[in-house]
Amino acid sequence: MAYSEKVIDHYSNPRNIGTLNKEESNVGTGLVGAPECGDVMRLQIQVNEESGIIEDAKFKTFGCGSAIASSSLATEWLKGKTVQEAMEIDNMAIVEELALPPVKIHCSVLAEDAIKTAINDYRTKQGLEAIV
Amino acid sequence: MLSFPIYLDNNATTPMDPRVLEAMLPYFNSKFGNAASRNHAFGWTAEEAVDYAREQVAKLINANPKEIIFTSGATEADNLAIKGVYEMYARKGNHIITVNTEHKAVLDSCKHIEKMGGEVTYLSPNEDGLINLSDLEAAITPKTILISIMYGNNEIGVLQPIEDISAIARKHNVLLHTDATQAVGKVPVDVNAQNIDLMSFTAHKMYGPKGVGALYVRRKNPRVKVTSQLDGGGHERGMRSGTLNVPGIVGFGKACEISMNEMAEEAEKLSKMRDRLESELLHIEESYVNGNTDHRLPHVANISFKHVEGEGLMMGIKDLAVSSGSACTSASLEPSYVLKNLGLDDDLAHSSLRFGLGRYTTDEEIDFAIDHVKTAVHKLRDMSPLWEMFKEGIDLKSVEWQEH
Repeated sequence: MAYSEKVIDHYSNPRNIGTLNKEESNVGTGLVGAPECGDVMRLQIQVNEESGIIEDAKFKTFGCGSAIASSSLATEWLKGKTVQEAMEIDNMAIVEELALPPVKIHCSVLAEDAIKTAINDYRTKQGLEAIV
Repeated sequence: MLSFPIYLDNNATTPMDPRVLEAMLPYFNSKFGNAASRNHAFGWTAEEAVDYAREQVAKLINANPKEIIFTSGATEADNLAIKGVYEMYARKGNHIITVNTEHKAVLDSCKHIEKMGGEVTYLSPNEDGLINLSDLEAAITPKTILISIMYGNNEIGVLQPIEDISAIARKHNVLLHTDATQAVGKVPVDVNAQNIDLMSFTAHKMYGPKGVGALYVRRKNPRVKVTSQLDGGGHERGMRSGTLNVPGIVGFGKACEISMNEMAEEAEKLSKMRDRLESELLHIEESYVNGNTDHRLPHVANISFKHVEGEGLMMGIKDLAVSSGSACTSASLEPSYVLKNLGLDDDLAHSSLRFGLGRYTTDEEIDFAIDHVKTAVHKLRDMSPLWEMFKEGIDLKSVEWQEH
């Protein structure tokens, strides 16, 4: 199966690989997937507690090229967005942007899950309710 | 000079040897006859060519030419052996024994037998891929008609103890079929010394053309018969009808002759290269060989790089054509059933690469492969959350994963 140019670009030059301190109150961490399934994503956001804007985002992913590209793209999109705006990111937008074939849609679903899990982790730390 | 991508997937298929192509060419045009045309020179020429090829093929496995049934490949040969024995020996019994690391052509033929009312026992191999001979013997019942166990495994290269297996089969008066697709032409196979009753193999894994293979069917001690699965003109002693693929068969014969002459030298060369590749890659932290390394085809290495996903890794080594045990490309996300049936954890099965060296592999290519794989593994581990957690001393088995 051939990968799209955008997937290859994100795979070859992944944006925002790294680790934020998950103990900080303004950092939200989302760890989703399972090694048994062949993909695990960890997505982290660092939020400005006053403005609610995501100042930084990092990821690490175990998975195929499409999984790596989906999470790399997600970190790009997250930066500069408010937490509310970030909740709106839909997996189909990732599918479209990366031209993922049907068998790789689960990679985008996983990225969306990672975003929502990270946001909810942040909200929980802030004493707010998790949102679905 | 290296030319990219480098082909290290010779278990999938092999490039054709130019000598094979040369032998085949006349049979596409000037010598186009039907080998079954008995009444003119075109037919006789084709028949002679097929007879000669049949001898070349038989010689490689120490069989009689009359024991070679040409087929479209090993899949057809496996189907013919299993379904053909099941039908032919229905009066004797309906039980077949095989192993759950066989090729799908064997496993799915066995599933078919089960649907038809037959019984199949699927043995599980040990962790190293070898079967337990006592398990095999214990599985035999008075209803058992066939044992089907592959000679050399396509994913891990493990060679089963065929002589011990055939001794058990003989002792209990059960036929032995072996899928020797990966082994014939790579290691010495002798159907008589090894008491094999039926054997599948194919040309395109030994530098011959695709679309032609054979089923060896023993004629003496015991005389084995299979019920035809393709009915028609009664070709191949009535066991496989259909106009013979004359150019393919000529190529198959030539490929067998070349292997016969060059196998020993080639195996020695390839096992040295393979061992070097393997020992260098094992310098990478947390890398493991899958399958027994003492009883193995000379040209195969299957290695798992922990905490790196196979398909992602393959993308990082795009200059190498290899195969991965991770099946993220298929609709199912299941990793290789062969590796899983060895008892490998799914994450290790997802992290595996299979290297299949071949006649045209060079030392320079191996050097390149070593560097390329090392670089890619390190790069992917730098972006693997599992690697980071492992390095922090977190037991990944204790983590509650969100399976999706």
